[in-house]
Amino acid sequence: MTEATELLRLHETMSVIRRTEKAAHDLFMSGLVKGTTHLAAGQEAVAVGARAALRDGDYAFATYRGHHHAIAWGATPAECLAELMQRATGLNKAKGGSMHLTKAASGMLGSYAIVGSHLPMAVGAAWSARLRGTGQVAVAFFGDGATNIGVFHEALNLAAVWKLPVLFVCENNLYMEYTPIGSVTAVANPAADRASAYGLPAELVDGNDVVAVQDAVVRAAQVARAGDGPTVLEARTYRHYGHSRTDPASYRPDGELESWLERDPLTVSAHRLRSLGLTDDDIKAAEDRAASLVDDAVDTAKSAPDADLAEAFTDVWADGGAAWRT
Amino acid sequence: MADVTTYRESVAEGIAREMRRDDTVVCLGEDIGAAGGVFKTTAGLFEEFGPRRVWDTPISEQAIVGAAMGAAMTGMRPVAEIMFSDFLACCWDYLANEIPKVRYMTGGQVTVPLVIRTANGGGLGFGAQHSQSVENWVLTVPGLKIAAPSTPADVVGLLATAIRSDDPVVFFEHKGLFASKGAPAPDGHEVPFGQAALLREGADVTLVALASTVPLALAGADRLAEQGVRADVLDLRTLVPLDVSSVLRSLERTSRLVVVEENPYQGGWGGTVVSVVAEEGFELLDAPIRRVAGANVPLPFADALEEQVIPTVDKVVDAVRALVDY
Ligand SMILES: Cc1ncc(C[n+]2csc(CCOP(=O)(O)OP(=O)(O)O)c2C)c(N)n1
Repeated sequence: MTEATELLRLHETMSVIRRTEKAAHDLFMSGLVKGTTHLAAGQEAVAVGARAALRDGDYAFATYRGHHHAIAWGATPAECLAELMQRATGLNKAKGGSMHLTKAASGMLGSYAIVGSHLPMAVGAAWSARLRGTGQVAVAFFGDGATNIGVFHEALNLAAVWKLPVLFVCENNLYMEYTPIGSVTAVANPAADRASAYGLPAELVDGNDVVAVQDAVVRAAQVARAGDGPTVLEARTYRHYGHSRTDPASYRPDGELESWLERDPLTVSAHRLRSLGLTDDDIKAAEDRAASLVDDAVDTAKSAPDADLAEAFTDVWADGGAAWRT
Repeated sequence: MADVTTYRESVAEGIAREMRRDDTVVCLGEDIGAAGGVFKTTAGLFEEFGPRRVWDTPISEQAIVGAAMGAAMTGMRPVAEIMFSDFLACCWDYLANEIPKVRYMTGGQVTVPLVIRTANGGGLGFGAQHSQSVENWVLTVPGLKIAAPSTPADVVGLLATAIRSDDPVVFFEHKGLFASKGAPAPDGHEVPFGQAALLREGADVTLVALASTVPLALAGADRLAEQGVRADVLDLRTLVPLDVSSVLRSLERTSRLVVVEENPYQGGWGGTVVSVVAEEGFELLDAPIRRVAGANVPLPFADALEEQVIPTVDKVVDAVRALVDY
């Protein structure tokens, strides 16, 4: 029964993420969230499954589509929403925004908006873990589009030759911004098919099944911690919304979204929970807890004070300041 | 200890001192290990510290600097070498978008204590892609500290400060100075950032210089002294932080300013120095300011042509003469 309890916990975390993103979307529509957002609704299983497979203190690096990773790594919905709403209590003191959610205290070392840029950072974090002998692993989450960026190849090669404890987890949601990855990529599986070029093992994973992700990451982390180097995981998944706030995703073929919604990560995990003996009431109770947590978070964020103006001139340097001259 | 040493040997000496003191200091770069670096600036490090501390990399500038960043974020103090400063352009994303911004945009959650060392500048007939002086590139990005020593002792002292700094530092070693000699650094030598060195005291003109232009300014000052013109020579030593206080203090005595910089006039660091002087020291001036800078052309190959476009002693002397006669 522990398996069901654990899965229910993952289901609840995925619900928290889903609800937080819905709240971000609604707050955007009502003018309370500015800038842009790149929602990961539909991709929750990758973040939550990976986190469940790893240990406290293992590192994560994410992209601008990183709400799910931040929350999976312990950021609260209230601090995330406050960040999006430019409040002083925001996760990044309102200096990062949706694309840069970061929870360093629990190892989530940032969300990076330059496609592919964080892959070598994860390699470096894994190198550091190895040098310090801590047994930590680092995971880089990235989109399918990142696999055509030069630094993807530099990072995989360096990680492979140094045999570092790093996991490359591609969330292949079929699209870059608006262009299908398949139409601009020479291989069918943009991450997995290229792993062998660097002598790395690769695995295709069902990215909408939190248990499948968890199992694959457990295996890859074991290899990494044993000193046997990186693994490339390619998780097939789908984003429910368009690329960003302004994208209606009209380029998607008819029926595609619907067929993916049938395999929504929450639907998949609910189905498995039932097969493990949990009732609809158990599942609904978890989802209700998620809903009320996020409702409270919206209220908390809404009533938080605006960004502190003095913060514009802090945190450039490690001494907290921004002085560039004497 | 020998009573003179070279600038080149001082680089390895400065790194070695810090590696002995702190085992979180590690080096990475192309050919830096057993080969000792293309300029032999890391000679002896591999022998003393071994492959766990001195890492040869593939030709992957993005991975070198990106991995250094990830390692710096997680407890190490990496010293990364980019062979020629021209190649910083290959990893410019990390210098422009990642390293200098992560502390700020995470609201202070992440610190990046790394040093990027690189061989900068012309004068050796290496042609347009191996001769540039690119301090000005880095200067355009808030969040990076910049050091550029002119003497062997300063190499060691500034490296100590750079490596101990919790902020990211770009450390420019000038190719034209590698063979130059000077007094070795005393034990425990540290040169703080943001403190210019007054190398020569005069009363008629202030020469502000950096790295390769320091010996030019000193030679110019010698020649001017023969003509009865006495020059203050200031070696800025770091561009961020920038010691404008020392410049203003010198102008109180001399009331004339010539800035000597190797990077191109357009966007050069001298423009920043003179704009501060114009804003805060206008009343101190008795003559217009002159900048002796690189010309706005790619660096040509032939020695005679290269001399046309980078600062020379003659150009320094001419600039000063024009002001003295003003
Ligand atoms: C280097 C770089 N080029 C272009 C962009 C603009 N851009 C932002 S997201 C995106 C698509 C990325 O697609 P993918 O990697 O598949 O990630 P997904 O959005 O699907 O999560 C592009 C082209 C960018 N941010 N960085």
